[in-house]
Amino acid sequence: MAKILEKRLIRPPDVFYFKIDAPQISRKAQPGQFVIIRLHDHGERIPLSLADIDPDEGTISLIVMAVGKTSAEFVRMKAGDEISDLCGPLGQPTHIEKLGKVIVIGGGFGVAPLFPIARAFKAAGNKVVCVMGARSADLLIYEKEMGEVCDEVLVTTDDGSKGVKGVVTVALEQELEKGDTNLVVAVGPAIMMKFVCLTTKNFGVKTMVSLNPIMVDGSGMCGACRVSVGGETRFACTDGPDFDGHLVDWDLLMSRQKMYLGEEKESFEAWKARHPDILTEA
Amino acid sequence: MTDEERKKPKLIPNRTPIPEQDPKERGKNFNEVSLGYSVEQALLEAERCIGCARPPCVKGCPVNVPIKDFIAYIQAQDFQSAINKIKETNILPAVCGRVCPQEDQCEKACVVGKKFEPVAIGRLERFAADWEREHGHRLKPKIAPSTGKKVAIIGSGPSGVTCASDLAQLGHQVTIFEALHEPGGVLLYGIPEFRLPKKMVAGEIAGLADMGVVIRTNSVVGKLMTVDELMEEYDACYIATGAGLPNFMGIEGENLNGVYSANEFLTRTNLMKAYTFPEYDTPIKVGDRVAVVGGGNVAMDSVRTALRLGAKEATIIYRRSETELPARGEEVHHAKEEGIRFEMLTSPIRIVGEDGWAKAIECVKMELGEPDDSGRRRPVPIAGSEFEVPADIVIMAIGTGANPLVPRSTRDLELTQRGYIIADEETGRTSRPGVYAGGDIVTGSATVILAMGAGRKAANDIHKYLMGEPEPETVQKA
Ligand SMILES: Cc1cc2nc3c(=O)[nH]c(=O)nc-3n(C[C@H](O)[C@H](O)[C@H](O)COP(=O)(O)OP(=O)(O)OC[C@H]3O[C@@H](n4cnc5c(N)ncnc54)[C@H](O)[C@@H]3O)c2cc1C
Ligand SMILES: Cc1cc2nc3c(=O)[nH]c(=O)nc-3n(C[C@H](O)[C@H](O)[C@H](O)COP(=O)(O)OP(=O)(O)OC[C@H]3O[C@@H](n4cnc5c(N)ncnc54)[C@H](O)[C@@H]3O)c2cc1C
Ligand code: SF4
Ligand code: SF4
Ligand code: FES
Repeated sequence: MAKILEKRLIRPPDVFYFKIDAPQISRKAQPGQFVIIRLHDHGERIPLSLADIDPDEGTISLIVMAVGKTSAEFVRMKAGDEISDLCGPLGQPTHIEKLGKVIVIGGGFGVAPLFPIARAFKAAGNKVVCVMGARSADLLIYEKEMGEVCDEVLVTTDDGSKGVKGVVTVALEQELEKGDTNLVVAVGPAIMMKFVCLTTKNFGVKTMVSLNPIMVDGSGMCGACRVSVGGETRFACTDGPDFDGHLVDWDLLMSRQKMYLGEEKESFEAWKARHPDILTEA
Repeated sequence: MTDEERKKPKLIPNRTPIPEQDPKERGKNFNEVSLGYSVEQALLEAERCIGCARPPCVKGCPVNVPIKDFIAYIQAQDFQSAINKIKETNILPAVCGRVCPQEDQCEKACVVGKKFEPVAIGRLERFAADWEREHGHRLKPKIAPSTGKKVAIIGSGPSGVTCASDLAQLGHQVTIFEALHEPGGVLLYGIPEFRLPKKMVAGEIAGLADMGVVIRTNSVVGKLMTVDELMEEYDACYIATGAGLPNFMGIEGENLNGVYSANEFLTRTNLMKAYTFPEYDTPIKVGDRVAVVGGGNVAMDSVRTALRLGAKEATIIYRRSETELPARGEEVHHAKEEGIRFEMLTSPIRIVGEDGWAKAIECVKMELGEPDDSGRRRPVPIAGSEFEVPADIVIMAIGTGANPLVPRSTRDLELTQRGYIIADEETGRTSRPGVYAGGDIVTGSATVILAMGAGRKAANDIHKYLMGEPEPETVQKA
């Protein structure tokens, strides 16, 4: 059992921040790692990245976007509620070192795990530039927080309501043209990471990505999370989730993420029918 | 003929059949296939044991269950004493009676088996265990006064559980660390409900709590804490993490949607209860045509699970011939009764896909050549014999390896080339004082009973170590 200590709406209506009591995990966890949670007895095990780690307080934070049954159920939980199972930290930590200038780039919930990663790169003495994008200004998350740990935050919106108009790769390209970038770290939807990698490849800048395939155990026992990197099959939960983005087979990742589309829809729809108030009540 | 045999000349040559669910019916449900002996059937079967003076069956059992004695109690209709007797050496009789390869162990050595069918020891063991659960009083184990020593056990499969139980009874304070959200190891996530109902496993594990053993689930050692850290807090450590790393063949198309490792397929079904989806949240794909690559127990469990999930056609693809099938005879027999297809002397070379999904397996026919290292005739491909087996779900059940999480995060632990932990067979000692290992993480995939035996031997030696008997010698790489 793990207790939810704090809950905040990050972006209406479906993205929430949770602070969770997890003293032991917080002492061990490093940026780039994730946990697997199971909400209750009938629940699925789902992976969630660590959005913050506070060993002094004994807490970890998660940012959850309601995209299906389990995540929607999660965001209805309240401070004081308990999660049945919390397992972690899992995966390899992001490799942090002093390189010079690092661009961290995120989309969707991906901005959340970028926060501790950006902070660690900054603490290691790097210049850290954050690029984040959304369809419109009101959909941006974590802008203020990233501003606190990065030297610069560049925002893009598809509709131009804030920052540069266009997708994240537009701002990324402008930043890369300066020629002083040593590393790019991208976290977000596979399609975004794929295009980030296509962009950075042109500039020959090394790019680490955090892969998010479907997982079950998260400890190397099932192989559900297999991805292809440099032509080799790797288990994202134990070998990753970070990999060299220029070597990832993106189409395979995206195809495997869709394996249960039908079932996911079935279970979400059935749940929504039972909870017509879903997100408004949360 | 021995004296014993002469005393009972009218021995029934065949063992008492065990009632089973009808093959047609059971292919559609997850209820247990074998229904177990009634009291009358158990008595009838027990009568077939001639009570040998020096019973060879006991030696055939890796944990030396006092077989002759427990069967004598069944003959006397004292079932409580029968189960108590078994439990002197085996804390998981309900499990072993069901899944032990008895035909290669206790029953293989049975004297009656020289002339007739051997006594059905496993079925009787199961009978006694089931009888206790339904009627008996669980004997509270005697716990020795506390020694003040603390032992950490990593993994809650049969090996870890046995070691924990023995150490707790000797008065040590035991904590089990388990990666998954429920304890039981392969008994829980691997072996299906229709062969080993999960309530049996839960029942046996509940016994541990009665002894004061603490089980910490969701604790991945090597991540949440290392063995080195555990050794600062605990006086000894037993590593029983199993051989849970799934192997793949490395052939084209293996990452297509619809291709599973047996571990994933079985874990989704058993641990996550995907067969009840959407009542439980975890989904599983069931195709019309399911092909399982492999010929061991794991392959049989996978293919029979697929059938129960609704596959119209479920096929085993195995590269040697039927006589070499490593699965238990009983399982192969059950699979055949249920209508599983067997494609023998066949080896996959590639999985054919369409729009990201598996569609067929391209295979090649094999013939048996010269015997290899294992003494079995080596299968060799027949040139030009390629053909396709249509399959929308492909399950790889071609063995498992050592999960590196614990071995790689532990200082000074000697490993074999393949990543298994080197430990002494008789004591479980590793290259590090106070750190022990046993079960599949030492031997590679083996059996429940061998894993339990290793747990017991390690417990004995850990006890000596903790109680200050001479510093044990650690094992060195040969
Ligand atoms: C390493 C990692 C870190 C992640 N971090 C976060 C995070 O910080 N915040 C967040 O909101 N989400 C995160 N995710 C994604 C999150 O796990 C999925 O959103 C969640 O599993 C969806 O479950 P669902 O039942 O709500 O939706 P579903 O209806 O099951 O699925 C919706 C979508 O989520 C994906 N998905 C489903 N099951 C899984 C699974 N077991 N593992 C991974 N993806 C799955 C599917 O591809 C599908 O497109 C992460 C995933 C991974 C692998
Ligand atoms: C499908 C299947 C069918 C089988 N059928 C039979 C049969 O009919 N008869 C038979 O005798 N044998 C059978 N076996 C083999 C038998 O189950 C194993 O030999 C036995 O379970 C090994 O026991 P163990 O305790 O060594 O490991 P396991 O049972 O594998 O247990 C290991 C435990 O350790 C946990 N663990 C792993 N890594 C960590 C970590 N880093 N931190 C914390 N915990 C960890 C795992 O989650 C697991 O719970 C079968 C195996 C499978 C997979
Ligand atoms: S534990 Fe297994 S091998 Fe031993 S007597 Fe029982 S069934 Fe036979
Ligand atoms: S089970 Fe077989 S070997 Fe064992 S005592 Fe009975 S007859 Fe003898
Ligand atoms: S999630 Fe099971 S091996 Fe990675």
